[in-house]
Amino acid sequence: MKADDTGLLAREPGETSYLTAGTTLRSWLLSTDHKRIAILYAVSITVFFFIGGAAATMIRLELFTPAGDLTTADEYNRLFTLHGVIMVWFFLIPSIPATLGNFLLPLMVGAKDVAFPRLNLMSWYLYVTAGLFTLAALLLGGVDTGWTFYTPLSTLYSNSYVLLAAFGIFVVGFSSIATGINFIATIHLLRTKGMTWMRLPLFAWAMYATSLVMALATPVLAMAMLLICAERLLGLPIFDPRVGGDPVLFQHIFWFYSHPAVYIMILPAMGVVSEIIACEARRRVFGYQFMVYAMLVIAVIGFLVWGHHMFVAGQSPFASMIFSFLSFVIAVPSAIKVFNWTGTLYRGRIRFSAPMLYALGFVGLFTMGGLTGLFLASIPVDVHLSDTYFVVAHFHYIMVGGAVSAFFGGLHFWWPKITGRLYNENFARSAAIWLFFGFNFTFFPQFVLGYLGMPRRYHEYPPEFQVWNVMSSTGAVVLAVGYLMPLFYLGYSLLHGERAGDNPRDATGLEWATSSPPPQHNFHAPPVVRSEPYAYHDWDEAPGDADETPQTDAP
Amino acid sequence: MLPEASTLAPAVDRIFWGLVGLSVLIMGVVGGLVFAFAIKYRRGTDAYRGPLPEWMSREVEIGWTVSTLFVALFVFWWAAAAQLPHFLLPRDALEIHVVAKQWMWKAQHPEGVREIDALHVPVGVPVKLEMTSQDVIHSFGVPAFRIKQDVLPGRYTATWFEAKEVGDYHLFCTEYCGTDHARMTGTISVMQPEAYARWLAAQPHGADLAGEGGQLYTALGCSACHGANARVPAPPLAGLYGSQVVLADGSRVTADEDYLRESIERPEARVVAGYSSTMPAYQDVANEEQVVALVAYIKSLDSGRSAAR
Repeated sequence: MKADDTGLLAREPGETSYLTAGTTLRSWLLSTDHKRIAILYAVSITVFFFIGGAAATMIRLELFTPAGDLTTADEYNRLFTLHGVIMVWFFLIPSIPATLGNFLLPLMVGAKDVAFPRLNLMSWYLYVTAGLFTLAALLLGGVDTGWTFYTPLSTLYSNSYVLLAAFGIFVVGFSSIATGINFIATIHLLRTKGMTWMRLPLFAWAMYATSLVMALATPVLAMAMLLICAERLLGLPIFDPRVGGDPVLFQHIFWFYSHPAVYIMILPAMGVVSEIIACEARRRVFGYQFMVYAMLVIAVIGFLVWGHHMFVAGQSPFASMIFSFLSFVIAVPSAIKVFNWTGTLYRGRIRFSAPMLYALGFVGLFTMGGLTGLFLASIPVDVHLSDTYFVVAHFHYIMVGGAVSAFFGGLHFWWPKITGRLYNENFARSAAIWLFFGFNFTFFPQFVLGYLGMPRRYHEYPPEFQVWNVMSSTGAVVLAVGYLMPLFYLGYSLLHGERAGDNPRDATGLEWATSSPPPQHNFHAPPVVRSEPYAYHDWDEAPGDADETPQTDAP
Repeated sequence: MLPEASTLAPAVDRIFWGLVGLSVLIMGVVGGLVFAFAIKYRRGTDAYRGPLPEWMSREVEIGWTVSTLFVALFVFWWAAAAQLPHFLLPRDALEIHVVAKQWMWKAQHPEGVREIDALHVPVGVPVKLEMTSQDVIHSFGVPAFRIKQDVLPGRYTATWFEAKEVGDYHLFCTEYCGTDHARMTGTISVMQPEAYARWLAAQPHGADLAGEGGQLYTALGCSACHGANARVPAPPLAGLYGSQVVLADGSRVTADEDYLRESIERPEARVVAGYSSTMPAYQDVANEEQVVALVAYIKSLDSGRSAAR
């Protein structure tokens, strides 16, 4: 039975969707509906994405030439700090969980809402408050410590708005803790009848793994930021070596959060990509259980590898060895996921839709990012590459090539569900391809620059590095144009797009069993789950075009 | 291409290019399969799409998990084994003291010659860098040598290299240190030993580092208590460097550069058993370079020589 026919779950004729359930500003700003909060988040992170993107564009323009001719050294330092702070905490961390996760998780597990709807709204208000603090720091003149806030530069030497920014980051951490706790509770408590753990879609599992990291690692970020404020504001001797403090202690605390934070960014992306590839290849996910365990293992070991950021920071060689070892171990579950996505394509019936192009792009770029991670886990190679453009390229392959590609893929994949409209597929495919090439054009040359020794956070550089910088900066212009494209065709589709059916992708998840856009309470009756996820074909048959068994049929 | 100008560089490059090869291989396999599957199994082709054999999912899965783990452990072993010898600092190296500050590098040769944003070293001789920072964290990075070491305030860190090709190479500060981070660069000039000796002779000489420390030892009043005829009891310094010191709380510490430095700057931090903490802190009296000289002087005092000068 096709999900379109499951009339009992979907909206009744004449009933309003969550989008039209209230039209006043108040009905949006005080809504506890997880779908509306997801939209609030989506709008806010889009604003921050373009602020952070503008800073990135300025940085790359400055680096066209070896001399510092576009910005002063101080302005340049403020630009890359701004870019890092905004992109990490105000875009990447909330990107998939707070938008797609908020919207989809309750739908996927068959719930009316998240476990704590008001906490969910509070999380958005915390995010906005934190954003205002950070924007205030920016408008008053910026911060020049780098997003890493290394001490004692940040506590004793910087003459910029460190306190405001650190406080903003302290607050935004709580919005991510709130989201994490909410998701954990939702998955434990609100799974509908028949939704066993091993029937959870991989996106829900990804949200679970991410939420564990959010809830357990983010408090340590709060500590790090509070200690900075305590030393800077109150003069407490914590990191200042002249009074017995230890500046390297800050790096331990900071990376204890900030390395797991990378997994907060990439685990949700893995979830999104698993959904897209299974649906668009019309194939059951290869090795579903291995995919689940791989994500959980990544979440756990992710807590134990922070020291690989400090191979040259003066930590003991013994510690470096252990961190190097664990960093190689964590490569294994990541590799398993890549192989399983590839395996899912085998004997599939592949549609090259825009989300699928993003997902395939993700697999390639994430693999690049992961493999270059092996270079940085090898101590002698890391000593050479540490704090060079090689590192910059590596983490942009993971965070932009990986996480942002997946976010865009997911945005397109669920766009018909979220908005009830179809976008122009050809524009969307062109943008996906354009972004893939623009991305590689921007960041691949940075691997070469890094090997040649160009340090990061340099606003002037020796002329022999110029040719690679020109390539990278040209790519950045291409990339910037690419990121503007979806604004137009997605914006157009909001107003003029063709109406999407309830399940235009013939997907199996519960979110597709309700209307597009969903009604305010998601389902009319709690759906009952009768099959595993990704039943795009019977076990003993080849996939056809629409042979899927939805996870639920009408109760 | 980046020159391999130190004895360490070829070892690092071997691993680097080995990893490049491994990455190209894996990228080729994954990318090739994704491409091949995407084309063969695109919608509308009549490729065979029957069910997967039972054995495939489980055994293939275990197979690639184990082989990836094996490859990862092999690379770890390979890289770690290459790093181990570099962790050990050579004993008979030419010892250069580096003091970093916003935004310059100061180097002091053992003979007392000082340089700023430049370092001249002889080819074929191991050079050990003893480094500290006067303010924030910096990092001493020389891409042509494949070395990098953060330079911390309040502590000594060390690294070493043996240059094997004459030439001028970039020195970069590679830990972001504030406004003029990008200008905290310098040149490492590797010279033939004879040329280095000539260069050294032509530089204005201060006292050698230990000698300078000896003068400070008297000038700053250290000898009043630590000297042979002092009336105030203070721990003897002769033979102290490298020895085991028992502290007031009963624990033991090796008297290395870091301990000596800490005991000059903040003597109350780790007091020697049997002495009361009466020594004033010197952190605001002596600057980093003077402390470096004092430490060099204390290191030069073996137990046969008297500390009283």
